Amino acid sequence: MNSTFEPVIGLEVHAQLLTKSKAFCGCTTQFGNDPNANTCPVCLGMPGVLPVLNKSVVEFAIKMGLATNCTIAPKSIFARKNYFYPDLPKGYQISQYDQPICKDGWLDVELKDGSVKHIGITRIHIEEDAGKSIHDQDPDTLVDVNRCGVPLIEIVSEPDIRSPHEAHQYLSIIKQLVTYLGICDGNMEEGSLRCDANISIRPKGREQFGTKTEVKNMNSFRNVERALEYEINRQIGLLEDGGTVVQETLLWDADKNIALPMRSKEEAHDYRYFPDPDLVPVLVDQKWISEIAATLPELPEARRNRFIGGYHLPLYDATILTQEKSLADYFEKAVALLAQKNDEGYKSVSNWTMTEVLRLMNDLHVSIDQCVVTPDRLAAMVNLISEGVISGKIGKEVFAEMLKSLDEPKVIVERLGLVQVSDTSAIEKIVDEIIARSQAQVAQYRAGKMQIFGYFVGETMKAMKGKANPKIVNEILKSKLV
Amino acid sequence: MNLQEPFDSYRPRLASESCESRTRAHLEEIRKRQSLNAFLSVFDDEAIIEAKRVDERFARGIAGPLAGMVIAVKDVLNMKNKETTCGSKILRSYHSLYDATVIERLRAADAVFIGKTNMDEFAMGSSNENSAFGPVKNPRDESRVPGGSSGGSAAAVAAGLATTSLGTDTGGSIRQPAALCGIIGLKPTYGRVSRYGLVAFASSFDQIGPFGNSPRDVARVLQVIAGHDPKDSTSSTLPVPDYLSAMTGDVTGVKIGLPKEYYSSALSDEIRSTIDRAVQMLRDRGAIVSEVSLPHTEYTIATYYILATAEASSNLARFDGVRYGYRTEHAADLAAMYTKSRSEGFGAEVKRRIMLGTYVLSAGYYDAYYAKAQKVRRLIQHDFFKAFEHVDCLLTPTTPSTAFRMGEKMDDPLQMYLSDIYTVSANLAGIPGISVPAAGDEKLPVGIQILGRQFDEATILNVAEALSGGNQ
Amino acid sequence: MAVTFVDVEHIAALARLEFSDVEKEQFTHQLNEILSYVEKLNELDTAAVEPLSHVIELDNVFRDDIIQPSLSAEIALSNAPSRSDSHFKVPKVIG
Repeated sequence: MNSTFEPVIGLEVHAQLLTKSKAFCGCTTQFGNDPNANTCPVCLGMPGVLPVLNKSVVEFAIKMGLATNCTIAPKSIFARKNYFYPDLPKGYQISQYDQPICKDGWLDVELKDGSVKHIGITRIHIEEDAGKSIHDQDPDTLVDVNRCGVPLIEIVSEPDIRSPHEAHQYLSIIKQLVTYLGICDGNMEEGSLRCDANISIRPKGREQFGTKTEVKNMNSFRNVERALEYEINRQIGLLEDGGTVVQETLLWDADKNIALPMRSKEEAHDYRYFPDPDLVPVLVDQKWISEIAATLPELPEARRNRFIGGYHLPLYDATILTQEKSLADYFEKAVALLAQKNDEGYKSVSNWTMTEVLRLMNDLHVSIDQCVVTPDRLAAMVNLISEGVISGKIGKEVFAEMLKSLDEPKVIVERLGLVQVSDTSAIEKIVDEIIARSQAQVAQYRAGKMQIFGYFVGETMKAMKGKANPKIVNEILKSKLV
Repeated sequence: MNLQEPFDSYRPRLASESCESRTRAHLEEIRKRQSLNAFLSVFDDEAIIEAKRVDERFARGIAGPLAGMVIAVKDVLNMKNKETTCGSKILRSYHSLYDATVIERLRAADAVFIGKTNMDEFAMGSSNENSAFGPVKNPRDESRVPGGSSGGSAAAVAAGLATTSLGTDTGGSIRQPAALCGIIGLKPTYGRVSRYGLVAFASSFDQIGPFGNSPRDVARVLQVIAGHDPKDSTSSTLPVPDYLSAMTGDVTGVKIGLPKEYYSSALSDEIRSTIDRAVQMLRDRGAIVSEVSLPHTEYTIATYYILATAEASSNLARFDGVRYGYRTEHAADLAAMYTKSRSEGFGAEVKRRIMLGTYVLSAGYYDAYYAKAQKVRRLIQHDFFKAFEHVDCLLTPTTPSTAFRMGEKMDDPLQMYLSDIYTVSANLAGIPGISVPAAGDEKLPVGIQILGRQFDEATILNVAEALSGGNQ
Repeated sequence: MAVTFVDVEHIAALARLEFSDVEKEQFTHQLNEILSYVEKLNELDTAAVEPLSHVIELDNVFRDDIIQPSLSAEIALSNAPSRSDSHFKVPKVIG
């Protein structure tokens, strides 16, 4: 990054809320139904209809406000944001303007260098989503109103972000929080989490802000970073060439890796906000806030600390396992089923989860909830290892088989004949045979070539088809090779 | 059959004088008086079928409280599968997908709907000369206007085309036509009657209310349509009292205030003397009459037009030709579609008010215009609350003059606006108001307005009953 | 602060309405009417007055998060001036 200039970035994140019904009517919020099948006179904006606020929307917004250290407004009101677009049936969007539900929050975000960045949250407000306009299926534009009225919260950060990396980390925490709270899917690719950025640059040390541009259409975390990098460099390049930054809105093109100015409309939007006369104020008292606070789940940071304190996992493990609530839930379901609840067991489940399970999810593009290696099957397998029935190495074979068959690990082990041999005399017999035919190697070992020990281990394991208990093999070899 | 006989009076004869026969008689009268242009659609077949059903239910002893009533509905209210035009080209052939709550309630009470009535386009106007489907004529003198915007509903009741009708009132659109046509018209307290299904003009002002030939008829309709509706966030949860039991006509000890600002030089002598006679009559019956002051009266028109047009400009944005209503045939692209559909579909007065309202809300002006007007609105409301600490109701003229001739005021928007003076303050304050025809042999009807405390329709209905009783 | 012809064109664009030049000229006068209303209101000192948004006292009106049946797409589209299968159809935004 350029050292003369610093970027000044603010992010506006929209999160689609996981209520069952829409913000102002009883239509389902379910995604993927036939076009215009999730509609009613209210969300269609028919003449004469009126909105009625879904209480859960307020509660979800307050939950996010509490999780981001906001002040919950004792009184908030709805406002109409007036503009014309085919997927906006009423010709206005019900939103909040000068009295939002939450204000003045913050998040402490961990950066990759270990430092912590404090990022302010200006406000969180409630609004309704618009429908979908489809421009590429027909010479004309097609409109599907299903998404109209789905509740959103808009989270607006202070312009405290100073790099694409900080933006990435901030977004990760937002995603983590909304999923932990169970209020949103947090999926940028599917559009349940959306991000717009405001970017300007200024000479380091200057207090005054430069002219900002707005960048939209960044549909993944990676695209947010790339788009921000692009725009920062573009603005710096402009200023260094003696030009000026023009205030405009740019759309990120992920294929071409550039941000292009939106085709200018006739005039900049004048939204003519005014309080919506069809809706009454929302008054939130301390009692209600306390009731909602009591229902908050354990938040990511607290859960991570508990994984460290309770399961004695290192920070690295705890961070990865609590990154997503569903993974943390998976881990805890598995350890609850351990036969031996000790640090070794916890670490074992952690290792298996972080390596094999996560790799499986990536390869097959499934979520943890869709993973065939369920917490109970994983726990069962770890139990087999801790009981000495199989070795860790054989465990990998069993794991691979668990993908193909829904059998319990115990059944798989028996079916494939993978039960570990711990019979000392049987192992001794094999070791004797190998030592007998490997005199050259024995001599090398006794002469001081320690690495050749691995040859004996390998031969033993090969002869026993990998099923020998490795600890016992090591002990026997050591005693016989001396 | 006397088609202007109040429901309250003919209802006891329902066994011998069927709802069907009365419905047929009204339909015949509608055909005879087509020159009034009071109706936009008439439910010829359906009304008979419904009437027969009502007679059957009555015979079985299970009929509702409005069985035998034939009611007309202002075409600004949604009736499922029926055309709802709001007097506008932009909604011609729009068919409602649902019933307004008031329609559901009236149907459940066994009222028979006879048709949708003509109106000023989107309820904007005071003469019913702004309809895309031609003006409505005053049944008392067909060269004159019936008032507006609920001109069709008022004319229907005045001409015996229906027993009662529904209108809507945003700045006087029930009370003023009631006065000009010589019938009773009631605007309830804001929030007393659900607005769900009422095509919105100004959301914080609009109310649905009944027209009738007697205060009791009006009370009966109000009794059915009033009350909380979960589909309307602005509807009151206060219980609905029994309006009829309070309507004894006894006004002994009722304190009536005459706001001095309403008795200015704008008032015609004819109306002034009519009001004086009514006041005297009430005094004779034991009412205590005094003068009160509503000091912010002179600011009501300005406040009303700033706020109502602003809300209207937003409420009418949904008429864009996308999902329903008129769409231009001349659009090559989206922008043209919007602009041409709206410009071709809306009438001149509607477009004028949209422009005023858009200007009020446009960037930079919100605080100076809209927010300022909201503050003055509070002062205006406070005037009434203060007055009601000393009196139970207020008595005023409903209009400054009697029905003017067609076209007389159309060219002068200012005059049209002035005819709102006596009525807009009730909408600004959210209080109920009723217009009652004055007794006497005036050539043209004169209306007396009674304004009451919020949710105290009972008092103003009772005073109306006294005034009407004096008419007999 | 008088309203100009350009102001009128701007407002008409915001409202998606079009007018002839004669009408726009008329509107400069009519919109100035609003200014006279505002002047009238400015006679009053309202610094200490709270704006009135709702004429009756109501707050916290909610509905429970329960799904109600929706319309069928056919009914939702029944008034559509133009449609394509189950979608509303409108002319394209120009480039």
